[in-house]
Amino acid sequence: MINLHGYGPRLLEGALVTIELSVLSLILAIFLGLLTASAKMSRSWLLHRLGTLYTTIIRGVPDLVLMMLLFFGGQIGINMFTDWLYDQFNVDIFINVNEFVAGVLTIGLIFGAYMGETFRGAFLAVDSGQIEAGRAYGMSQWLVFRRIRFPLMMRHALPGLSNNWMVLLKTTALVSIIGLSDMVRVAAEASKATREPFTFMIIVAIIYLLIASVSEWGFARLQKRYDVGYAESD
Amino acid sequence: METLMNWLDALLANNSIFTLQTLSYYGDGLVTTVQLVFLSLIIGLVLAVPLSIGRGSKRAWIQLPIFFYCYVFRGTPLLVQLYLIYYGVVFVDGIQETWLWVILEKPFVPALIAFTLNTAAYTTEIFRGAIKATPKGEIEAARAYGMSQRLMLRRIVLPSAFRRALPAYGNEVIFMLHASAIASVVTIMDLTGAARFVYARFYAPFDAFLFVAAIYLCLTFAILYFFRYLEKKLLAHLKPVSG
Repeated sequence: MINLHGYGPRLLEGALVTIELSVLSLILAIFLGLLTASAKMSRSWLLHRLGTLYTTIIRGVPDLVLMMLLFFGGQIGINMFTDWLYDQFNVDIFINVNEFVAGVLTIGLIFGAYMGETFRGAFLAVDSGQIEAGRAYGMSQWLVFRRIRFPLMMRHALPGLSNNWMVLLKTTALVSIIGLSDMVRVAAEASKATREPFTFMIIVAIIYLLIASVSEWGFARLQKRYDVGYAESD
Repeated sequence: METLMNWLDALLANNSIFTLQTLSYYGDGLVTTVQLVFLSLIIGLVLAVPLSIGRGSKRAWIQLPIFFYCYVFRGTPLLVQLYLIYYGVVFVDGIQETWLWVILEKPFVPALIAFTLNTAAYTTEIFRGAIKATPKGEIEAARAYGMSQRLMLRRIVLPSAFRRALPAYGNEVIFMLHASAIASVVTIMDLTGAARFVYARFYAPFDAFLFVAAIYLCLTFAILYFFRYLEKKLLAHLKPVSG
């Protein structure tokens, strides 16, 4: 059996942190992505510009740089804000940036931009006749979105979504650099302490591959679900 | 040169962070980043061509190992691969006595190996997709001319596959540029490493990281426009005929 030098439980905890972090950031990213896609498709010039600016900047800068900017800069920014509150209103609060929250916010923010592009393409691929049909039934804007545009859009968005999820999962490894105890950080610490990098890094690699394989299976099932009503030949 | 230096000096006179000293860190970092990315992309490209041909082979003993290699390197974070090679290389038995240790001791070569293997895996998949998408007619035409398998590969399949792979490969180049930021984790002073140094020294995250983000943004746009130009030239025959 492989000797983990007692790092086994911590490694599992780290794996849990990785999974929680990725799922929460995915939810945030999907939310931001829907917002961005709507902003980019809106008739308002300002919203369109803002959406484009967001996706361009985020996609042009490395994840790690953004993460460090938001994580290290975020604390200073919040401190400046609370100082200002204290000066102006005598409100004395101290907010400490939690690494986990910072990680979720940053990764969500980064992948919101990628999701935005995915969703925009998918929304544009929805047949406008379907939407008109919904309107003709007297559905409200929201109901059309919920019952027609979203399910139809998801069918086109799923391949991109699953792609983004795989990249997101691997990006979570970067949080180990800003000090969050995900499984990569635990493995790096364990490698240095026990001088057995191969054991720990290969275990981490296998866990990543496992998560990826399971989610691939899940996405295939979802795709089947959203493909309902489309011929196989499509 | 003299006047340029004087002008820079004057420009930076009222600035405590962006002195000539720190700018030179960023400059050196830029050189390191470009070297690292360029070398790993070139070597990765050279590796990916035979790998992508082998990936489509009918023989399992050629195809399966390549599939496994791509699966592992595309399915795990680059950071884990970097750690594995950077920390792992020390523990290869007897390596510290050989001449190899002189180059492997510095973090540059392990990082280069990790990046190269990573980009080669992604590029292999991109090329394989492009080769698979070769129109049947082109292959039939080559066969009708009596071309051998090798000649067909060299003259017909690969040239057209490379062109079709261009947009996806452009994305891979940008991805590699961004991924190279993690080189700073193993103490390489690349662009991000320079930014981290400036941040640590002046405790100025906004100045340090926004500046480096702007540099990365410029590099990204340069790559983007370069590939757009290439696509325009090389994919002109695929454009829909207008008018």
